[in-house]
Amino acid sequence: MTATATMDASGGGEVLRTRGVTLRFGGLVSLQDIDLTMRRGEILAVIGPNGAGKTSLFNVLTGVYTPQEGELTFIRADGAPVSLLGRKPYRVNRLGLARTFQNIRLFAALTALENVQIAAERAQRSGPIANMLGMPWARRDQKASAGRAAELLEFAGLGARVNELAGNLNYGDQRRLEMARALASDPEVLLLDEPAAGTNRVEKEQMAALIRRINEELAISVLLIEHDMRLVMSVAHRVMVLNFGRVIAEGRPEQVQRDPAVVEAYLGAAEEDAENTRETGDAVGREDADE
Amino acid sequence: MSGGTASEESFRRPKVDVARLRRDAWYRRPRWRRLLGFVVAGLALAVVTGPQGAGSTALMSSLKATFTSVPRLGVCVGIGVLLWAVREFGAPLRAPARTAQDGVARGVAPLRRFYAAGVWPKLAVGALVLLAGAVIPNLLSPTWQVVFVEQMGVYLLLAVGLNVVIGWAGLLDLGFVAFYAVGAYSVAFWTGSLPVQPPVVLNPFVVIPIAVLTCLAAGLLLGTPTLRLRGDYLAIVTLGFHEIVYLVAKNADGFTGGSRGTTKMIPHPSIHLFGLDYNWMFDPLPYWYLILAFTAILVVLFSRLENSRIGRAWTAVREDEVAAQASGLNTVRYKLMAFAIGASTSGLAGVVYASKVGFINPDNFPLLASILVLSYVIFGGMGSIAGVLVGTALLTLLPQWLKSYVPAEDRYMYLGGLLVAMMIFRPQGVIPSRRRQREIKLAESGVGGADATGAAGGTTS
Ligand SMILES: Nc1ncnc2c1ncn2[C@@H]1O[C@H](COP(=O)(O)OP(=O)(O)OP(=O)(O)O)[C@@H](O)[C@H]1O
Ligand SMILES: [Mg+2]
Repeated sequence: MTATATMDASGGGEVLRTRGVTLRFGGLVSLQDIDLTMRRGEILAVIGPNGAGKTSLFNVLTGVYTPQEGELTFIRADGAPVSLLGRKPYRVNRLGLARTFQNIRLFAALTALENVQIAAERAQRSGPIANMLGMPWARRDQKASAGRAAELLEFAGLGARVNELAGNLNYGDQRRLEMARALASDPEVLLLDEPAAGTNRVEKEQMAALIRRINEELAISVLLIEHDMRLVMSVAHRVMVLNFGRVIAEGRPEQVQRDPAVVEAYLGAAEEDAENTRETGDAVGREDADE
Repeated sequence: MSGGTASEESFRRPKVDVARLRRDAWYRRPRWRRLLGFVVAGLALAVVTGPQGAGSTALMSSLKATFTSVPRLGVCVGIGVLLWAVREFGAPLRAPARTAQDGVARGVAPLRRFYAAGVWPKLAVGALVLLAGAVIPNLLSPTWQVVFVEQMGVYLLLAVGLNVVIGWAGLLDLGFVAFYAVGAYSVAFWTGSLPVQPPVVLNPFVVIPIAVLTCLAAGLLLGTPTLRLRGDYLAIVTLGFHEIVYLVAKNADGFTGGSRGTTKMIPHPSIHLFGLDYNWMFDPLPYWYLILAFTAILVVLFSRLENSRIGRAWTAVREDEVAAQASGLNTVRYKLMAFAIGASTSGLAGVVYASKVGFINPDNFPLLASILVLSYVIFGGMGSIAGVLVGTALLTLLPQWLKSYVPAEDRYMYLGGLLVAMMIFRPQGVIPSRRRQREIKLAESGVGGADATGAAGGTTS
């Protein structure tokens, strides 16, 4: 596959590392002993049945939840490791990890442009007094962030929707907008939680293309949660499979797909959750047939 | 689908039976229930507009007078029934009303576009409003001039400040007037009007920055530990803060003068600069100009703030705190900023008020005042400066105007009725803010969650 070849070619150092991460909610273990290693420049997909702990992993990485055990480390571009443990979400974002949400969380009453601009200008220095007095540097900042936001919207294919209210966009566009907003904070790692959920086949293909462009043109590492196997197989360099909060398989997409434990996990889930598995199970089957 | 109709029919038949079984007696149907509601409202209207009594016997006799005076009873209940009839059978009337409304909207649209087009139309409108504000009080009687300054003017400043806190940052602050009190007592202290003497006695004008900074500090001090709390808790904390300030003012006799308040008169502000000598005396008009100037400056500064990164960040924090944090915003910092800016504005209003009236005591700063400012802001349209100003002007002048028509102690009841009606029929306020109105619209169509206090849930899924 060409995708894996790209990964091998890029072959960057580590950018994100977790060791023995365990997260419990009362008696429920939602993440158990997770060891994740992500390389700079790769697209790593996290898959698994519903309730496997994928979103919990994102929440742990971005500081929304604090795991009871384990280490979380982000490796900066200069090679210095920084612990993510106990960091507030906004600090994690400023370190270079930006995310989107499974259940879209946009600022619905703001325009698409404003949504992105908010993230683009989050670290600007102009304070309330400079803005009240309309100081030249505050104006300059404002212009710069608006320009940057427009650029990112264009990049995400929302160039024609700049002044539309976020709440009035369709699902596909809302997900793109969330991605543009996440990109506006200049991340090194982009965490996408089911970016193609609720979209149709064409939109899914556009989404795959966008993810690849983010990875290749902007040189951003992508951690991707996705149920749609076709999408995962087409963009991911590597896949990690979670089930009941544990990593049950890890490797190249085509390896993982054949892994008996993975097939088992999805078949087991099929009995509980017919709706979702029909999609994933089929996809796994189809991909198998292709080879 | 051919199979669909068959199964649909088999579903439909039992439904009809259920509907028949569940049919209520006629008087329990909504329409007739509503009639009952309107009649009761008519009776209530008759009672409140009827003769008033004090004490138990007088109460009974006044009620008797109300219910035996056929004209009043008839008119009031008649109004109720009429309203009901319009509501139930007025559909044909509604269509022309709607077209008229649309027509007005279409007529106003070009004006609106002109207004939104650039800076000049806004400046022109602002200048006109300012001119009207400068001229109108000159035409009023002295009593109304006092009302303009002590009722409306001071509350305009307060409302513009509270709008930042609740309208933009979405923080429910019920103790806003506590900062007003801090500002007023600051000026009393620094002008030497309290039992304790300040290190230097200052002119009220010079106290303004000191009072503003004091309130800023008080806002930060209160906000730092509490703004991490969710909306509802914050409301309680600010309520408590108000009570603390009030009780300190009331009980720290040696410092604040206790419930009797200031011991000496707070001097009027005066200017002695560059050969300019002016003293604000007892006449209300100069104070009105002072307030007008302060309000105009604040309006300009705050509207710039609203359209800056700070204002956008406030909207983000208000709409979805989790997403705001995930986008790199330090939400606590932005809330603190709004809180402190509001507190300083409140303090400024306190200085102006105290130096106008000369004597202050704790009862100038009741909890009711906080609630009133809050209701002016909500009535006018949270988040919209124009709305907040208009709302405050309307609601502060209304009780004064009602004075000549209804018993004095009833005035606030009408105010309450107006607020209730407003919240039912136009919750976005007189002149809603663009962003808030969108939020309400989106919430009605089921997208996003508009929430008066913006207390976003704390969990992600
Ligand atoms: N805030 C919480 N409180 C209690 N339990 C939680 C919480 N968040 C997640 N969980 C539990 O943790 C487990 C993993 O949930 P998570 O949302 O991470 O799954 P997921 O893999 O993202 O599933 P899906 O594919 O449905 O999004 C579930 O059993 C869930 O109920
Ligand atoms: Mg999930």
